[in-house]
Amino acid sequence: VVCFFPFVSPEEERKVKANDREYNEKFQYASNCIVTSKYNIVTFLPVNLFEQFQEVANTYFLFLLILQLIPQISSLSWFTTIVPLALVLSITAVKDATDDYFRHKSDNQVNNRESQVLIRGSLQNEKWMNVRVGDIIKLENNQFVAADVLLLSTSEPHGLCYIETAELDGETNMKVRQSISVTAELCDPNHLASFDGEVMCEPPNNKLDRFCGTLYWREKKYPLTNQNMLLRGCVLRNTEACYGLVIFAGPDTKLMQNSGRTKFKRTSIDRLMNTLVLWIFGFLVCMGGILAVGNAIWEKEVGFLFQSFLPWDPPVDNFLFSAFLSFWSYVIILNTVVPISLYVSVEVIRLGHSYFINWDQQMFCSQCNTAAEARTTTLNEELGQVEYIFSDKTGTLTQNIMTFNKCSINGQSYGMLNFTPLNPLADPNFCFYDEKLLESVKVGDSHTHEFFRLLSLCHTVMSEEKSEGELVYKAQSPDEGALVTAARNFGFVFRSRTPGTITTTEMGQTVTYSLLAILDFNNIRKRMSVIVRNPEGRIRLYCKGADTVLVERLQPCNQELISITSDHLNEYAADGLRTLALAYRDLSEEEWEAWSESHRFADKATDCREDRLAATYDKIEQEMLLLGATAIEDKLQEGVPETIALLSLANIKIWVLTGDKQETAVNIGYSCKMLTDDMTEVIIISGHTVQSVRHELRSVFFFFLVQILPNLIISGEFALVISGHSLAHALEPDMEEEFLSTACACKAVICCRVTPLQKAQVVELIKKHKKAVTLAVGDGANDVSMIKSAHIGVGISGQEGIQAVLASDYSFAQFRFLQRLLLVHGRWSYLRMCRFLCYFFYKNFAFTMVHFWFGFFCGFSAQTVYDQFFITLYNIVYTSLPVLAMGMFDQDVPDQRSLEYPKLYEPGQLNLLFNKREFFICITQGIYTSVVLFFVPYAVLSDATQSNGVPLADYQSFAVTTATALVIVVSVQIALDTGFWTVFNHVFVWGSLGSFFTIMFALHSQTLFRNLPNQFHFVGNAQNTLLQPVVWLTIALATAICIVPVLAFRFLKLDLKPQLSDTVRKLKFSFYDPSVSALLSSQCVPL
Amino acid sequence: MTTMKEEGNYANRPSNTAFTQQRLPAWQPMLSAGVVIPGFLLIGLAFIGIGVGLLITSRSIQVLELDYTGTETSSPCYQCTMSNQSNCVCKLSFSIGTLFKGPVFFYYGLTNYFQNQRKYGVSKDFNQLIGDVSYFKSPSSDCQPYQRVNGKPIVPCGAIANSMFNDTFKLYQIINGKEELVPFDGKGIAWWTDYNIKYRNPDYTPLKNAFNDTEKPVFWTKPAYELDTSDASNNGFINQDFLVWMRRAALPNFRKLYRRITEGNYKDGLPAGNYSLEISYNYPVISFEGTKKVTFSNVSWMGGQNEFLGIAYLVIGSMCVVMSVVMLIVYAKFRFPEED
Repeated sequence: VVCFFPFVSPEEERKVKANDREYNEKFQYASNCIVTSKYNIVTFLPVNLFEQFQEVANTYFLFLLILQLIPQISSLSWFTTIVPLALVLSITAVKDATDDYFRHKSDNQVNNRESQVLIRGSLQNEKWMNVRVGDIIKLENNQFVAADVLLLSTSEPHGLCYIETAELDGETNMKVRQSISVTAELCDPNHLASFDGEVMCEPPNNKLDRFCGTLYWREKKYPLTNQNMLLRGCVLRNTEACYGLVIFAGPDTKLMQNSGRTKFKRTSIDRLMNTLVLWIFGFLVCMGGILAVGNAIWEKEVGFLFQSFLPWDPPVDNFLFSAFLSFWSYVIILNTVVPISLYVSVEVIRLGHSYFINWDQQMFCSQCNTAAEARTTTLNEELGQVEYIFSDKTGTLTQNIMTFNKCSINGQSYGMLNFTPLNPLADPNFCFYDEKLLESVKVGDSHTHEFFRLLSLCHTVMSEEKSEGELVYKAQSPDEGALVTAARNFGFVFRSRTPGTITTTEMGQTVTYSLLAILDFNNIRKRMSVIVRNPEGRIRLYCKGADTVLVERLQPCNQELISITSDHLNEYAADGLRTLALAYRDLSEEEWEAWSESHRFADKATDCREDRLAATYDKIEQEMLLLGATAIEDKLQEGVPETIALLSLANIKIWVLTGDKQETAVNIGYSCKMLTDDMTEVIIISGHTVQSVRHELRSVFFFFLVQILPNLIISGEFALVISGHSLAHALEPDMEEEFLSTACACKAVICCRVTPLQKAQVVELIKKHKKAVTLAVGDGANDVSMIKSAHIGVGISGQEGIQAVLASDYSFAQFRFLQRLLLVHGRWSYLRMCRFLCYFFYKNFAFTMVHFWFGFFCGFSAQTVYDQFFITLYNIVYTSLPVLAMGMFDQDVPDQRSLEYPKLYEPGQLNLLFNKREFFICITQGIYTSVVLFFVPYAVLSDATQSNGVPLADYQSFAVTTATALVIVVSVQIALDTGFWTVFNHVFVWGSLGSFFTIMFALHSQTLFRNLPNQFHFVGNAQNTLLQPVVWLTIALATAICIVPVLAFRFLKLDLKPQLSDTVRKLKFSFYDPSVSALLSSQCVPL
Repeated sequence: MTTMKEEGNYANRPSNTAFTQQRLPAWQPMLSAGVVIPGFLLIGLAFIGIGVGLLITSRSIQVLELDYTGTETSSPCYQCTMSNQSNCVCKLSFSIGTLFKGPVFFYYGLTNYFQNQRKYGVSKDFNQLIGDVSYFKSPSSDCQPYQRVNGKPIVPCGAIANSMFNDTFKLYQIINGKEELVPFDGKGIAWWTDYNIKYRNPDYTPLKNAFNDTEKPVFWTKPAYELDTSDASNNGFINQDFLVWMRRAALPNFRKLYRRITEGNYKDGLPAGNYSLEISYNYPVISFEGTKKVTFSNVSWMGGQNEFLGIAYLVIGSMCVVMSVVMLIVYAKFRFPEED
């Protein structure tokens, strides 16, 4: 597929004329062809290479390569750099190419989908890629929408159609779209072909929930909203067919505009690694400098005199220039302190760890058939360092399966008694038992009836009735579903809706209300209303919403009822239930007309439409009469209290950020053991003004001071509960530190009534001031900002769509899997990565620094100690796999133990296993090893001879001896570092050693020399040198000197200062205990 | 991801293998006292044993080293260092108190000589040295500045070949005032692979023809095909002395094998007595503050004398033993908690 994208300046406004390709072509809108692939066959190599060389490390090695091509500088053959570089580049290129291949495939598939396009009055099949802006296309049931189209007409009455937006926003419930009334009649191709309306609308953007435009047709203007649009990616449902006008195509569609790249997260180890690499560069330059100075002195004092045998090159006729060249030569040969394979190996290890997360059966939930998924592969080791968890409540700690639990109607509270369903349309799974309520429904108590009528009318649920009595509700939120189901079971059955009507069955009688307006729910309004006209013609507004917002809007006449209901609400909230208050208002015909006019006016507005609508809504949702309140139970997920208890034992602080009310939140806090009765105090901050919040925080602070003074430590445990409006003040720059210090002194923090933005702000606050690793876990769209701003975002794939999952780095189905993700996978990843890095830096310093010492004996001439093939292969063959295996499979303690001993998690939080100090220890050990590896052979071989009298101190024997000793020493070291010898470790360690000898003998063989005498200078060296007992005695001596101190040090450390992991490791355990694993896996069984 | 309903709720369940569940059987070694302390003790004792063995062996090896640089006026070679003397010969007298057991190896040694310099090391043409005559005409540019002389290509080119050591030695035993020549064996002093594989003469008879239109290295007195006048097969690039020189040393102070004494009356070694070494002193080292020496040595199974190795083994061995005692004490004092 080849798509052409004209280069045009950004649009200000889009003009589209139906059925007029010529006119539309003037604007050069993008065609409906999409390209998500990055390369094609021609551009792959240059573009991919260009991208790869944007990595600093790759450019650095390219620079080295160029240096090596300068003969005066070149201290190494070009292949020592190009082989590893090419290997690294090609591994990455292969990965990119595979990814791109699949993108090409899916692009092709999508672009070649068939679509029916109206061309010159008749419908023709066209590929998606050939659909253009301004075309009218026909969609049929269950088809994907090809582009962002304006709905013109449908096969259903009123120009309605239903769509499913799962691919767009993850919500699986159906949504209604409606064409504007003037076009709804254009039902057949002939009419549509003559349609010549022109649409003026906003330029392409990524806002899925808004669209703003105007249709000009027959000299009239018609406002267009999101309600009239079908977006690419949606699926048409329950609608036979519909016609639409293509407005945005291909890359301009909202789906494509939304598929922008997400922010790239980096781990703290990444950042540390980059710093260290910079330090190593600095170190490299220093070493180069020292050796260059050495070269200058040597050339002046010795080299100058030695010219009789080795004249200076004509261009190098003075020692200073020679030193300058020598500097670069040493930069080349010492470059292996920054191994090119480091980054690739780190990526490979992380990828492996991600697969282990995906494969973990104990993070698989059979109820929802969902396995855990590491959506980002680059953050694994950070999972082992988490200090703060920010958790959403609904759907994360709780199941988000709502059950109607209690209600208060006209001051009377009902709930928790026996119940037998009284009507045949009842939902058999419904369980709510209260005889009294049933009685009052039967008796015909008007308040009770009105209460349930409200529940059956005021919602956005869609119903599907496959056969009589078999109702299926599709609700956007589980709360709504629960409420409508409750009404249904009490005899107020919501049957169906059209854009203008709602049909219910009230106590057996079918009633059709005309639906005048829906005043939608959103997070700011926290309420929704409907205005309906009943068959008798009375207009009534029904409203349900959060009690705080509703109480302000009630008629003040019945204070008694309000206070009783408030008491009930508090009672319910204290039981951890989600509450809503219900109210209604009668509207006179005039009031309705007046409001309706202002509503229409606001609706047509093109700027700030949403705000204007909200203001209009606010105007009418006043003076309401309270009906009662509902309480919905959202059960805690399995294992939540245990998980929270375990995570707090692991010294992870858990903050719950929820939109629920304070009482609900506190109660959930108790039920999931975040708050306990043993706590010294639960501090509640709920001030509404800056002063009061400040005052409250200060008093807490003084309270702490009083606690601290007697024994200088905070005795007892505290919990902080803060509500959203107080949080808004507490997050002000001048108060945030005060808030933070208080909050961090507390064991548990609960923020209630917070907005999505505040959730993100709290996370940012901790990130800014605490330098701690944060993890946010949530399940809904309101958690996305928090998930994105935290170091690690975890999405719970639950009832609320998949937006949170899409934004997350890790996703799974149950909150309790978090303990395994952090304490097992995170801990292992961190441990493995740290051990890997320590060893990696060690082995490269041990390898490279030998050249430095040799510099002092070879006239600082940048002569390498080893054979060039050895230098080329050391990092990519001889030593790469054992350390990769360790980085992949190492376990210090088995998974059960890390769950049993949560304290094992602490080293990660304190960053103990790999930090600057550990790095210095590693490189010191590396340098020590290099000293031993150079000076032991130096001391032994300088006077040694073979048993046939030939001196052993020739350069090639020296090189082979040192290289062999090096490979053996680092192999013994990796054997010591590996704590968990799986079959892979054995194969890789022994295999690497074996490959070293095999490859060396091969490279030193006569066959290769005969073919390429110019490259294989070491012919016959391996067998000659390695047959000498002295050489092996030297290698054994060097190995002993390198390893014995390490071994002694480790043993003494284990004895004198054992870490918890050592102690746990020492415990007797069986590798695989079926009873334990059965217990663990049984935690997720089908209900 | 498509969820197949008929496969039930386990369709996406990850497979239950030891690998995917990270339950591969594994050996988990611990640095337990039961292994480390005896281990240290054993290694220590083994090292001490080896060290003692090495030291005894090394002590049994005889070495005789004679400096003949001639920087001191007392040195017999002093006059050879003066001005441009060609064909200067000096004689070094020495005596051996007891039998110098054979086979005796005779080395020459140089100090402060940088055969391991990078530029020195690359200054040769491998293709010439395997006898590829096409490279005789156009030597590699690596050989600069010993690539051409007077417009003619140098064969063998490069600094290594050019700087080939050219002092020659003759050893006499003085028996009753008469000098008796000690026969030198110059065969097999180079590596077998160097002699048989790495260096090859061009396939020309006589060898001289291959060298038409080429120059000998500037410092050489004789061309490559006339290096050994006594043995026609010991010429060209497979001349033993040439091979020995071309195998460059790793360190600035080195010695190279010159001859072996294995023949005639001296098969069992050099008997006690007075000897005289006749040196034809050609190789200049004073200019770069180097020294020259000759060494007589015999070897054991472990090669020549090597005090360092034995001592190092003894030191490391004793340190291991000491460490094991220290560890034992520490272990006894701060006993690792056996159970939780």
